[in-house]
Amino acid sequence: MFRKVSALSVALGVGALLLTATASAQLKVGVTVSATGPAASLGIPEKNTFDLLPKTIGGLSVTYIVLDDASDTTRAVTNAKKLISEDQVDVIIGSTTTPNSLAMIDVAADAETPMISMAASARIIAPTNPKTRWIFKTPQNDSLMADAIAVHMKANGVSSIGFIGFNDAYGEGWLQEMRTSAKTAGITIVADEKFNRTDASTTGQVLKLVAANPHAILIAGSGTPAATPHKELVARGYKGKIYQTHGVANSDFLRVMGKDANGALLPAGPMLVYEQLPDSNPIKKVAKEYITAYEAKFGPRSTFGGHAYDAVALLSRAVPEAAKSAKPGSKEFRAALRTALEGVKDVVGVHGVFTMLPGDHNGLDNRGRMMMTVKDGKWMIATK
Amino acid sequence: MDSTIAALLTQDGLTNGAIYCMIALALVLVFAVTRVIFVPQGEFVAFSALTLAAFEQNKLPGTVWLLLALGAVAALVDAGSLWREPRRLVRTWLGTSAPCVAAALLVWLVASAQLPFFVQVLTTIAAVTAMGPAVYRLAFQPIANATVLTLLIVSVAVHFVLTGLGLLFFGAEGVRTQPFTSASFTFGALNISGQSLLVYAFTAFLVIAMAAFFKFTLFGKALRATASNRTGARLVGVSPNFAGSLSVTLAAAIGAVSGLLIGPIATIYYDSGFLIGLKGFVGAIVGGLASYPIAAGGAIFVGLVESFSSFWASAYKEVIVFTLIIPVLLWRSLTTTHHEEE
Repeated sequence: MFRKVSALSVALGVGALLLTATASAQLKVGVTVSATGPAASLGIPEKNTFDLLPKTIGGLSVTYIVLDDASDTTRAVTNAKKLISEDQVDVIIGSTTTPNSLAMIDVAADAETPMISMAASARIIAPTNPKTRWIFKTPQNDSLMADAIAVHMKANGVSSIGFIGFNDAYGEGWLQEMRTSAKTAGITIVADEKFNRTDASTTGQVLKLVAANPHAILIAGSGTPAATPHKELVARGYKGKIYQTHGVANSDFLRVMGKDANGALLPAGPMLVYEQLPDSNPIKKVAKEYITAYEAKFGPRSTFGGHAYDAVALLSRAVPEAAKSAKPGSKEFRAALRTALEGVKDVVGVHGVFTMLPGDHNGLDNRGRMMMTVKDGKWMIATK
Repeated sequence: MDSTIAALLTQDGLTNGAIYCMIALALVLVFAVTRVIFVPQGEFVAFSALTLAAFEQNKLPGTVWLLLALGAVAALVDAGSLWREPRRLVRTWLGTSAPCVAAALLVWLVASAQLPFFVQVLTTIAAVTAMGPAVYRLAFQPIANATVLTLLIVSVAVHFVLTGLGLLFFGAEGVRTQPFTSASFTFGALNISGQSLLVYAFTAFLVIAMAAFFKFTLFGKALRATASNRTGARLVGVSPNFAGSLSVTLAAAIGAVSGLLIGPIATIYYDSGFLIGLKGFVGAIVGGLASYPIAAGGAIFVGLVESFSSFWASAYKEVIVFTLIIPVLLWRSLTTTHHEEE
């Protein structure tokens, strides 16, 4: 009896509080991006995107606290700690790269704060354990993309490939995913090579790849550095198909590649070519809205900014849900937000449609990837 | 590996080695005269490629703001220290700040008038070279008599400042410039691009020109005098400030030309300079930071090792290149007698 009464009075009290506090209640979103350092070309559009995002979600005013981690793992961890202990954020978005995001998992999970990463590797959210329960990510998993490439290769009669990837977590992750996907599709990897983001020349690696004579070559790099082996392959007169990963889907890659980019194939999120999507595709409308605003203010679109947009799209759905049971700024709210994020269904972002599950904290399906090609310096949907 | 691949790798190694060679020569030059291990040398290379790329895209190069900032700060510092002596002040301004401002104006003019490629190239060289005196004036002149370690620390600091400014003014994305010539020559299975021939030619020219400069010209002799004995040189009327400024300016000019030459071969970022500079440094160390011909040879060797290791063990390429420095240091410390620093 007493407990019922108190529960009721608490509910009334909270109700009254909500009425007075809706205007002042604040959601704090902590963001760490790699706006400087080697991953700056990915981090800058993400940072820019936060300027365009809604300042209220479900009646709560939102403060984005955006920090730069300089593409450095230690700085990313420091930023995460600072956001949690000093700013007491309700959720962390970041970081840009896989190594940084992996390093932040412990910090976020220990503080029981949900974290939405904008990095690619599936290892950030898998396998599911008490720590990764708190971690979500918006970019397509490498495995989803690797699978798209393998399927496309098989359909085009490719049975042997050469692989050249970044000498870091990105390249390594892709190599593992590609091994799995290639095996399923009956494709053999006949050569695998490494290169660094800063390499001035990749002649050695390319010669070795070409000498192995594969039907196609996959370059696993991100941004303009991935152009170095690609241009070298073209210069060496390699005749097979050249695949890239979604890490290169920006206009700077096309600028550096020039006419050598023609015919390159890659899987990417639909936002890159939203104009070419059919009107029936729900992603088209969302992507158009975001990209129009982005391009008006910051110049050509970048798919990386889209990952930041999608992270907040997830929050827009999950925060009102969580706010029903607790107030922002509390441990309970963060727990409720985690549960709400895990339960979102059919959230349309610019990279696809998200439906999260306890075992899938990415939530994208085949609608989140398309094979594209480059034709006359423009991204086109690959027809076959 | 067959002979074709070996030949291709050698060619690739020589091209990169030639670029490292120019850096190594500039490093030896600056170190000999000022005892500064000039870490920011790579930044000049990167800024030069980025400036030319901005010209090609019909954008105003960020170099303008960089030059104006350097010039303004140098002018203020000079005014602060020399305000009692107006005539000396004007003369100093003419030496450091004025070139920066003039170069900034020139860059702006060339960019807005969209003058032809050849003019853009010359302007790029002028703009990057003009940074030399200002960098020396601001960072190294006030501490010219400090220990080598202090100078190295300041040099690293200058590198970080310039990289940061590079990101601010040029952005994070990489660029590739148009090649100077699209000609290419075929020797059997080898296909040598005109651009890499230009690189070889300029490096060879530089080695000869520097030898001639130090041997035959008055300025060169003044630099050599400062390098061998600062106090002695000063006694016979060579200004150590002038010698230091001249050596950094020459280094900047060499950096500018290396940047133009490497621009069409490699994608250059605002922070590309560091790694290129570091490899040039390994070459310079082979020459004990003193001998031009050995440094040049060392740098070309670094290029070759890099090229062959990227073929055999691409994952360990950098490790192999930088591990080179250990046997070299061992060998040098065992064979040369150690001088206490004065």
